[in-house]
Amino acid sequence: MAPRTITFEPSDPYNAFLTRCSRAAYGDGPLAGVAVAVKDNISTSGIETTCASKILKGYIPPYDAHVVGLLKSAGAAIAGKTNMDEFGMGTTTENSAFGPTLNPCDTSRVPGGSSGGSAAAVAAGMVRMALGSDTGGSIRCPAAFCGIVGLKPSYGRVSRYGLIAYSNSLEQIGPLGKTVSDVSTLMGVIAGHDRHDSTTYNRPYHHAPDADIKGLKVGIPEEYFGTGVDLGVAGVVRKAIGRLEELGAATFPCSIPSMEYALAAYYVTCTSEASSNLARFDGVRYGPATDWKKSWHDAYKDVRGAAFGMEVRRRIMLGTFALSSGYYGKYYAKAQVARENVRADFNRIFRDVDVIAGPTMPTIAFRLKEKSDPLSMYLADILTVPANLAGIPSISVPCGNSEGMPVGLQIMGRMFEDERVVDVAYAYEQAVN
Amino acid sequence: MVTEHDVQHIAELADVGINTEELGTFTHQFNAILDYFDTLDTVKGDGAARSDLFNVLREDVVEPSLSQDDVLKNAPWKEDGFIKAPRVM
Repeated sequence: MAPRTITFEPSDPYNAFLTRCSRAAYGDGPLAGVAVAVKDNISTSGIETTCASKILKGYIPPYDAHVVGLLKSAGAAIAGKTNMDEFGMGTTTENSAFGPTLNPCDTSRVPGGSSGGSAAAVAAGMVRMALGSDTGGSIRCPAAFCGIVGLKPSYGRVSRYGLIAYSNSLEQIGPLGKTVSDVSTLMGVIAGHDRHDSTTYNRPYHHAPDADIKGLKVGIPEEYFGTGVDLGVAGVVRKAIGRLEELGAATFPCSIPSMEYALAAYYVTCTSEASSNLARFDGVRYGPATDWKKSWHDAYKDVRGAAFGMEVRRRIMLGTFALSSGYYGKYYAKAQVARENVRADFNRIFRDVDVIAGPTMPTIAFRLKEKSDPLSMYLADILTVPANLAGIPSISVPCGNSEGMPVGLQIMGRMFEDERVVDVAYAYEQAVN
Repeated sequence: MVTEHDVQHIAELADVGINTEELGTFTHQFNAILDYFDTLDTVKGDGAARSDLFNVLREDVVEPSLSQDDVLKNAPWKEDGFIKAPRVM
């Protein structure tokens, strides 16, 4: 039988794609003929993979990431590689070396980040599903800002083999889609053990979403409705939680005291890991050529200074500083204690409730160039980073609008209970649609 | 409080080139971010080791891998099957 192919329209009004495949072959399986876009930090054999960085311009991976192999085996057609903040470092997709992605709901606004291209491609109907990666909210934030569904799986459920590393201990590849069912289907394809990633568990995902949440106990952390959270957003999310109550869930107030320093712990951890991971980009094995006649440090400094954007260099330097002798104890070591405290807070709360609900993002999508100061951009991640620090699953599902822009309801669950957060999101989605 | 001199030093350690105009901006932003990181001084506890973690080890067995051509394909400078790198000494 001749291989079947899909052809794709070349137009890309939101700059969602960095590489657009004009046609793609597909096979049989649960995703037979389904167009799936892949974030540009996930390796695709034979298709340029840049992490939206000039330092990987022209890099053609010689192998597929584990998840890409799984997509192909499931019959999916790879539609292209999506725009992102350079190496995943950002909350807006404006830190792409190849121009920002625009939010399909309002093109004067950002789609969120760092998986902004994946979210915009799904929201605009260019593909049915997409893969993103989530280090501190990079799937859930753009899902919320673009009005679609995005799941950050439990750490260890999806292989990171072939994901170009930014912060290994925090990041997970995960699905984005317009519906909870699509997200669940894609999760079923990508989850499971991979012998090339020793942090994966043998926990495949075989689950059909179930909308019955009678008797479910939902924790509502006060910190998710406190300082810095827009009142319009908080109101929409409270109403959505009321809907869960109507469906038979019971809500309980709770508190995550470690939220006070969770964001600082997150940024110290991810910048430290980035400073090590991004040392490999030196223009020797891939990327723009170094001047090999120069001395080692001069050659690297030149190529990295020219090809890394401001945010990437900022994070590499912050991480280098946080790990340097004299500061390690004050920053990195403290951040790891803080991280354990976040985990302990979640463990304590999950003894009494099944899931935790709140807003995904403290505001609606920012206007382009609104977040010019790095610290103010970092602060926008406050509600998403706790799940990454603890490794727990978390999903964002659209729950209404504020000022005409979509708002995401975030559901976090116990470690490895990805199925449960999917069910809660599904119950909500089915009730309102 | 970090100075421009400190940031210059970190940039050199990390091999990220920064120019004179960027130095002031980076220093200013660093101080704002490090001020925010000071909240970690309030962290209590000893971060007791987790009991749910274990090492995953395997035998060091040679298996088929990428061909030499594939490995070298993305390298900008190469010669006789080797990658050329800047001089160390």
